[in-house]
Amino acid sequence: MKAFTYERATSVEGAVTAAQAPGARFIAGGTNLLDLMKLEIETPTHLIDVGRLPMAEIVETPDGGLRIGASASNTAVASNATVRARYPVLSEAIVAGGSPQLRNKASVGGNLLQRTRCAYFYDTSKPCNKRAPGSGCGALEGLNRNAAIFGASHACIATHTSDMAVALAALGASVEVVGAGGTHSIPLLELHRLPGETPHIETHLAGGELITAVVLPPPPKGGQTYRKVRDRASYAGGLASVAVAGGQVALGMVAHKPWRAAEAEGALASGASPAEAIGKELAGASSLGRNDFKIPLVARLAAAAITEAKEQGQ
Amino acid sequence: MSSVSDWEATANPVKDNRAGLIGKGVDRYEGPLKVTGTAPYAYEVQPPSPPAYGVMVGATIATGRIIAVDTAEAEAAPGVLAVWTHLNVPAQPPRGAKAHPRSTQGSKPALESDKVTYWGQPVAFVVADTLENATAASHLVKLTYDADTPDVNFAKRLSDAGQPPGEQDVEIGNFDEGFANSPVRLDETWATPLQNHCQMEPCASLAWWEGDRCIAHTSIQMVKPAQHGLAETLGIGRDDVHLLTRYIGGGFGGKGQTYDDLTLAALAARALGRPVKVAFTRQQMMHGTIHRPATVMRVRLGAEKDGRLNAFSIMTWTHCHKDGSFTEHASNFARALYAAPNRLTGHRLVRLDLPHAGPMRAPGEASGTMSLECAMDELAEKLGLDPVELRIRNEPPADPENGRPFSQRQLVRCLKEGAQLFGWDRRRPTPGQVRDGRWLVGMGMAAAIRGNFLLPAKCSFSVDADGVITVRQGMTDIGTGTYTVLAQIAAETLGVPLGKVVVEIGDSELPPAPGSGGQFGAATAGSAALAAGMNLRKAIAEMATSDPHSPLHAGDPAEVTFQDSVIALENRSETLADLIRRNAPEGLTVEGEIRPAQDAQKWSTQTYGGHFVEVGVDPVTGEVRVRRMLGVFAAGRILNAKTAKSQLTGGMIWGVGSALGEGNAVDPRYGSLINQDLAQYLVPVQADIGDLDAIMLDEVDDKANPMGIKGVGELGNSGAGAAVANAIYNACGVRVRDYPITPDKLLAGLIAQGR
Repeated sequence: MKAFTYERATSVEGAVTAAQAPGARFIAGGTNLLDLMKLEIETPTHLIDVGRLPMAEIVETPDGGLRIGASASNTAVASNATVRARYPVLSEAIVAGGSPQLRNKASVGGNLLQRTRCAYFYDTSKPCNKRAPGSGCGALEGLNRNAAIFGASHACIATHTSDMAVALAALGASVEVVGAGGTHSIPLLELHRLPGETPHIETHLAGGELITAVVLPPPPKGGQTYRKVRDRASYAGGLASVAVAGGQVALGMVAHKPWRAAEAEGALASGASPAEAIGKELAGASSLGRNDFKIPLVARLAAAAITEAKEQGQ
Repeated sequence: MSSVSDWEATANPVKDNRAGLIGKGVDRYEGPLKVTGTAPYAYEVQPPSPPAYGVMVGATIATGRIIAVDTAEAEAAPGVLAVWTHLNVPAQPPRGAKAHPRSTQGSKPALESDKVTYWGQPVAFVVADTLENATAASHLVKLTYDADTPDVNFAKRLSDAGQPPGEQDVEIGNFDEGFANSPVRLDETWATPLQNHCQMEPCASLAWWEGDRCIAHTSIQMVKPAQHGLAETLGIGRDDVHLLTRYIGGGFGGKGQTYDDLTLAALAARALGRPVKVAFTRQQMMHGTIHRPATVMRVRLGAEKDGRLNAFSIMTWTHCHKDGSFTEHASNFARALYAAPNRLTGHRLVRLDLPHAGPMRAPGEASGTMSLECAMDELAEKLGLDPVELRIRNEPPADPENGRPFSQRQLVRCLKEGAQLFGWDRRRPTPGQVRDGRWLVGMGMAAAIRGNFLLPAKCSFSVDADGVITVRQGMTDIGTGTYTVLAQIAAETLGVPLGKVVVEIGDSELPPAPGSGGQFGAATAGSAALAAGMNLRKAIAEMATSDPHSPLHAGDPAEVTFQDSVIALENRSETLADLIRRNAPEGLTVEGEIRPAQDAQKWSTQTYGGHFVEVGVDPVTGEVRVRRMLGVFAAGRILNAKTAKSQLTGGMIWGVGSALGEGNAVDPRYGSLINQDLAQYLVPVQADIGDLDAIMLDEVDDKANPMGIKGVGELGNSGAGAAVANAIYNACGVRVRDYPITPDKLLAGLIAQGR
């Protein structure tokens, strides 16, 4: 780990101002960033601790939605009574990720900005365009069993591994962002980018912008469910996941961002069966050999989850 | 030399077990230290002065040469005290050199040359004032390589594999003929991946010098070879190395040898005149230490219609390092398992540009049972027989390879009792018949076998004026319970409470023992301890009966009893402390030793077990969850029900890992393993293990050693993974013969079945 300076922010404005300095990074729970710093995958020179800013509140909004402060812990969100009653898919998704220790420490904002678990990203002796732009993609012709099936590029085939973000995508959440130019809101689906030629640029956040909250609209009508497939029962990134909230469907670990299955939703709305609907979505998927299985896996998993949510909603 | 019949005929305090301490599930001797974080592991030992921190740099090629070295930037980095490569490392004797002909290990020079023979090989070393500075500077060392194309593709090199050095296939009868003439035949191939030990404590060393003596704390399973090897590498006398390994966070075979952390810590401490610590990172452990090599195993079984095996063969292909000869003997265990007149077993080895292969918990059995015990399951189905019954029908009356009688063999009892306790009769022989919610549920079983060994060892016992017994032995406790069982043997032998026993192990200055490995530790170290304890009893009894001030004076020393810290003869007694205070106020020390019996080879001595597993398979996703697991084992007298059970259940969990998740994938472009941390190398977590139990049958194997005990450290691992695989098949009807059985592989089978 390289030497760095540290400050504990006392206000959102102060944090955002401090973040304009080159080499500065926000830190909250640090469950991902500290690992990356130890491996020198990330080498910030200055850390701004936003974990203790007063933005951990979870409050209902006037329109019947929910505003979740960005520094709320993953555990606090998953165990929140309103979340459990009205947004169970979010609670289920959060507890499907990490371990209890990680969820106690990890923040909502940090969870959204966690970085991929691609082995070539973690191994600093291998090429990775995300870690070292221009070095190439070690995974493209490598051991890429868990690579993306949607929206990948020749520069990067990594996936976004947040479980929480998949549920938020299905629920139509947006994030509240504060930057030098003031406060604005970004739909969650527009927060993360596809890799294109610049996989090291992962979000549409401008430099120094801080996520202060996640805002959920009122829950859609119908059942909700989250299903995740992983190689072991806990503490493992997913091979694929699906979040269903009424007629809204999002897929996880299949792309560089949480993937809202718009094609499938459209088909469902016009009366297609769950299997037919997800088939429409997967018509746009492509795989590389080792990750071929993800296409039938998603087909089966999503059909089962959509059916389950439908039954719940009846 | 002693004979097995002496052991059988002679009573001793462990057999008598008057205080009932033998077998009792007493808590770990060092448990409070470990759970309070106060057991100093090698890296945490407090040195006499502030240490410097060494960090190793691993090669980023698998094979080739270092053609240029630039350490200027690293040397100029903050806090850096030394930067070494092959160009400037202190001189060390050539590899394997022995200045002392009887050294158990030769020189193992670090940063030996410009030659790189595996990815991650330590090729540079940085020492700095802090770990952070050393780590940061280690990234500034610039090495230029002339890399060759790595030859690491095991699957593509199978046809080049030859017989391991000095080995031949073992054939009894005529396998080909027997197989061809068998009415029911099975011929299938299984593959197991390269695996890493993933001990909780990575390898680590701390060294300092006191004049010309090197004091080295390290994490190692065997003390003497480590001491000798370090002395030879440093070019000093063996007695000038004091090697200590008090607490060890897991070994599993991976710490059966030293690595460059120890050599470099000692060399740097000498060069810098201050203590130096060096540890492997978790990532460095994957390449930089040994691994269990991958195997491909072809099993052929030919049976009569009643299930009796007529022909049996297991052939194993495996790999080792280009300069090595380690062979994963995955076929050997099968030689003692089932009867069959026509038998063929053997191994093929191919050398690759991969890191060094070596032993890992239950070497041989762990991989081998993953094929044979599944083959038996498949054969049982072909025959329409219950898998338990098939094994019973092939139970041999004597060792089927060499005809030796079994010292003890309760395999059938393990299988029968396990089947009953588990509810095996509820298993449906046809797969895919049982559902619980979205899960298909199935049961599987497998047999377990592992050899038993006794090696030469010494031990000393002391008693002091407070009546405290101190056990001293150059033995190790790698988390197995060695401290605890030695304390139990001492307390039982001398008739004192456990609180009056001190155990000192893990030190090269103590009477030598072979250490921990091959599940020989408890039997070997414990038998030496019993011998030392018997000698101390004799010395105390003679002291008492010849002391005119003792109430026991003039009695027969052979009749003296030891109980509750009191020595007695009929109705005359005094405390042990009183006797020692009068006669040996500075304490009394005696040694004892154990050697294998001269006739031990007349018997086939093994440990046995039966595994029973219930799994759920999600037919939609191919996910597998272990629901319950039972192992029933027969392994001689059990010294400690708690630590032995922990060893056995730990081994069973390893089996779950091998079946479902563990394995390092090799990227052939680099000659490198890709998953290098515990988030990517998947060992089971708590949620993967359902209801888990291990039962130990009452057994005494007096032919094994004077205590009638046998090892359990590896037995639990033998067969456990196969039982999981068989349960998966019973649940969903898919056989995956390429481990681990991950959802992608199972899904392909489920889809092919139309599920």
